[in-house]
Parts: sequence; structure tokens; C-alpha cells
Amino acid sequence: MKAIVVEDIVKKYRVGKAEVSALEGISFSVDHGEIFGIIGPDGAGKTSLFRILTTVLLADSGFASVDGFDVVKDYKKIRNQVGYMPGRFSLYPDLTVQENLEFFAAIFNTTIKENYDLVKEIYSQIEPFKNRRAGQLSGGMKQKLALSCALIHKPSVLFLDEPTTGVDAVSRKEFWEMLHRLKVQGITILVSTAYMDEATLCDRVGLIQKGVLLSVNTPKRVISEFKDALWAIRAKEMYPLMEAIKADPSVLSCYPFGQYHHVTFHNKAESKAQLERIIKNGNYTDVEIFPIQANIEDCFMALMKE
Amino acid sequence: MKQFLIFVKKEWLHIWRDKRTLFILIWMPVIQILLYGFALTNEVKNSRIVIFDQAKDEASRSISNEISASRYFSLYKTVNSYDEIEATFRQGKIRLAVVFPRGFRNDLLHTNHAQVQLIADSSDPNTASMLSNYAAAIINDYQQSLNDNQQLPYTIKIQVRMLYNPELKGAYNFVPGVMALVLMLVCTMMTAIAIVKEKEIGTMEVILVSPLKPFRIIIAKTVPYLMVSMLNIISIMLISVFALDVPITGSVWLLMAESILFTITSLSVGILISNTAKTQQTAMFTAMMSLFLPTLLFSGFLFPVENMPIPLQVISNVVPSRWYFIIVKAVMIKGLGFAAIWKETLILVGMTATLLGISIYKFKIRL
Repeated sequence: MKAIVVEDIVKKYRVGKAEVSALEGISFSVDHGEIFGIIGPDGAGKTSLFRILTTVLLADSGFASVDGFDVVKDYKKIRNQVGYMPGRFSLYPDLTVQENLEFFAAIFNTTIKENYDLVKEIYSQIEPFKNRRAGQLSGGMKQKLALSCALIHKPSVLFLDEPTTGVDAVSRKEFWEMLHRLKVQGITILVSTAYMDEATLCDRVGLIQKGVLLSVNTPKRVISEFKDALWAIRAKEMYPLMEAIKADPSVLSCYPFGQYHHVTFHNKAESKAQLERIIKNGNYTDVEIFPIQANIEDCFMALMKE
Repeated sequence: MKQFLIFVKKEWLHIWRDKRTLFILIWMPVIQILLYGFALTNEVKNSRIVIFDQAKDEASRSISNEISASRYFSLYKTVNSYDEIEATFRQGKIRLAVVFPRGFRNDLLHTNHAQVQLIADSSDPNTASMLSNYAAAIINDYQQSLNDNQQLPYTIKIQVRMLYNPELKGAYNFVPGVMALVLMLVCTMMTAIAIVKEKEIGTMEVILVSPLKPFRIIIAKTVPYLMVSMLNIISIMLISVFALDVPITGSVWLLMAESILFTITSLSVGILISNTAKTQQTAMFTAMMSLFLPTLLFSGFLFPVENMPIPLQVISNVVPSRWYFIIVKAVMIKGLGFAAIWKETLILVGMTATLLGISIYKFKIRL
């Protein structure tokens, strides 16, 4: 039995008279003890998917189950045993850190003491502030508290909707380390993010765009499926450089990526010489061109373009 | 049970930590009852009058004195012409003018017939007739004192006894009404935002994905506010007795118990509003609109329900404060026991059960 099964889920919203499609027939499944990442830009339908799986939203059609329970018929059973951390901060800002955790432990009929081991690593970091109101915590600490609250009843499946949005790089890294430790405890984790670099930290990822699931694979396979030759180019004049490259008909794509632009061509046989030909008309200084191994973001960019 | 208690504790902390709201919740009823208790009254007190005494004899003077000394009237000034009377009326300074003709006492003693003219400003008809009645009563008293030592043929003496409120104090009618109004408003407002607030800040989404049952959430949200309301009931009763001079004739405990029941009814109304409203503003507005006017109009303390057209009388039956008003009047003013109000009590219990039932049934288990 799979931990999460999603089959052809469709969800539409009515905005005025127009119908907006949030999910257009999504299917995938998640194994027990797996970290499954849903990667996609804002408005791709991630939150709708999470709400359907946590039973707070009804899909228009399709089937979904969590731990073998139907999200519509057996919603009560699912609510008893999953942990859910919504995308927006959803704790009580006027209660202290400890009061929030106590509350969420108690409504699941457990205590902090009982499951302290599970949240220890996360909670110990915010414990020095346990008498501070949750509304006064920093972004990263808020997320840690929210994760603690979602974990305190030892859920079988954990749903984390964009847990790292608005969190600094160090806290993001820590957060993912925690998720890996939870995975060891046998907890299935479905996590969504808009940061593509986090995809490599998942066991498997699904790329979602405009309500359509583009690909489901392990991060390694996603990268190995990237067939185009990829070139990195930089110069002092980055912006005119990109304009010039994009304007050339032989170029398939050109994205700014850190200090470089990543470029692919329609014809895979094209090489460094082609790039040099494009830039020779401009006044570029400190030009640097070299072939580069595609990373997961290049793959997603390519997938989204298709 | 523990689950329930922690929820109550959480709600209590919300109230306790929001000191400004708590302050408003505790002081608003006090201020309202003082305000309404003194302002909402149809009693006639110290209405200004003028006297145009053309006789200036012993009889006219002693009637004038009686009238001016009465607590209903206060003499604005004496005037010397009809024109002056009219001018004063036009300025809106006075409500009534008393005119004695020339040779008043002479006429009275020698022809047995004397006339006094009362001119009233009847742009407010109730007050005008009340004032002229009071003035007429004072003049009649004087007439009787003249006849004391004479035997008049065929006289009917009318004996009036004002039960429960011998001094005809308006407060006896208004305090129960104001109690109903204030408790209804405050309690409904309190819970009206309780559920919708969680929806707005997003916590509803999290507590939905938990084993919490709707009826527990709803009951747990009512309990802490009930405690605040008890404080309100006590302060309202203290003000009624000590500031508005309306004693509690019946059992204080019975009045307290009935007030708690009515409070729960009001809290349930708020919960129902909160359940269906989308934002806190809508909830507040609905609570204000749907309760303030109906309570004022249909609870019977401003306008007697029996005088209303039948459709309005039917509507008034679903206004909880109507029944509470009857209960408070019975216990507080008439000093009656539970036997006299069990029917009204039962109606309130039924209303509360229905309101809570609908709230639990309508509680959205999804977003």
C-alpha cells in the first residue's frame, strides 16, 4: 500500500464568471518513508493539491488516498494521523511558543513529553524562546515551531506546504536536514517548494506547472534525462549579452544563472564557436565560455519550456 | 476532556492577552446601562411651564404654587400676555402654559364656576396629554380641599393603586429592557468574531486537520466568554440596584440563573453568525444589524408588543430578548418565583439548543 495515491485529481475555482483551473488531472503516488517534493512556481496548484490531500478541500473529480484512506469518505481517519503545515503561518500569534506546542499536542490527545524525542532536535533550537509569543518569532523560528506543532503527534504522513518560503539560506539547509532525520523515523513527507535547488534533497520530485504534473522522477534521473548540450557564458556586460544571445535564431534558451548565462541551442551539434560568433559583434570584456553539466534547475527550465 | 479543556484555556488566553478588547467587553455594558438607564426614559420630570396669572388672588396663587412645587413641573417664568406665551412656546422653551382669568377666586366662590386654561405643546402628543393630566390632577386636588367641609351629592371617589411600581418610575420598565439589550449586544459581539477570526488568521485550516470535533470547538469557544458575561451580569445588576434605584424584589439567584441562560442564548446567536460569516467585519456588522433594532423594537420595553400588528407580533416571538425581558420584569420588579416564568425559561432553553444545533450542523468541516 502506498502512503499517498493521487489519481486524476481535477480542481477548478470560480473567479467571477470565469473558471480557473488549479489542477488538471494530476496523478502520482508516494511510497512509505519517502520524501516527495512538489516543485513548481507560485500559482502552479501546489496548495490546492495539499488541501485536497489533507481533506480540507474537495476535488471536483478524481481519487486520492492517504495511508489507504479515501480523502473524502475517511477524512476523519486521515485527520487523526497526518501532520499538516500550511503555506502561510497558521499558529496562534498571541500564544507563546510552548503554549502553541502544548495546544497542538493536546488536541491530538498526546503530550509534549510523550513525543519529545521526535521534535527534540527542532524544538530544542526554539526552546530558549519558549515563553515568547509566536507572533514575535523570526521567519525561520516560526517555521521550526510550525513543524514542531505538525510533528508533535507523531504523524504517519507529513504535509509541508512551502515550509522554506521566506526563510534564510542557513535555516533552509537546517530545515532539510531535519526532514531527512524524520525520514529515518519512517515518516512519509510530501513537501512543496518554489525553490528548484531544493529538489535534489528529495527522494523523488514532481514538477508541477499550471496544474499539470510535468514529470515525476528521482532528481538524478531528471538530470540524466537532460539531453541538450549546455554552455555557460559570462562577460562584464551581462544584460546586453543575454539580449544578444536570445536574439539569435540558433539559440533555444538562455537563462541567467548565478554569475553565468546558461545557453542551449536548437542544434545539439553547435559548439562554443557558435557562441563566439554571436558575441563577436558586441563590445564584451572578460568573456568566459565553457561547457557545463546541467543541474536540476536547467532540467526544470527545459521541461517547463516544452 | 483534556482536549476540550486545553481549547477552553487557549480561548481564555486569547481573551486575556487582548487587554484592550477585554477592557471594552467589561466596561461597555457598564457604560451602556448607565447611558441607556438615564437617557432612555419617557418619564415626565421638571417640564418647564409658564403661568399667566391675570387674577393674582389667593386661589390662583396657591394653585400656581402647587404646580410649581410638583416634581413634574418647573416654573420657567411668569408671563403677562398671551403673546408672550406664544413667543415662549415658539422658542421651544416650555411644554405647558397655565392661564388664570381675571377674578378667578371671585368666580369660584360666587358663581361656583371658574375656569383655568391649560395650553400644551402637543407636537409630542403623549407628553402633552400626560402634562395636562398632571396639571389637572393638581387643580382637582385644590378643588377637593375647598369642598372638604361640604357635603357634595353623588360623588365617586376613584382609588388608584399602582402595583409593583407605586411611584411610576420609568426605570422599573427600562432597566429590564436595557439589561436585555446590553447583554444581547455584548455577548453576541463576543462570539460573533470567535470562529471567523480563526478562519481569517488561517488557524482553522490546521485545527480542521486534527481529531477535534465541531461541537467541541463550538462549546469550547462559548465557555470563556460565558465567564466574561457573568462579570457583566453582576455589574449590570449592581448598577441597576445602586445607580438606577431598581431593587431586585425576587430571588437574586433566580435572576442570576435566568441571566446566565439568556447569556448562553446570546452567545449561541454569535456563534451562529460567526459560523456563516466570511470576515470579522461582516460578523460584527451582522451582529449589530440583526440584533440591535429587533431587540429595541420587539422586546416590548419601548413599544408594547400587544399593540403591534399581528405579523410583527409573530416576529417578536423569535427575539430572545423579548422573553428575557418578561422574565426580568417578573423576577426583579414583581418578585415572582420560577413558577411564573417557567414557560419563558423553556422557550429560551429551546432557542439555545436550536441555535447551537444549527451552528454545529452548519460548522464547515472543510475550507
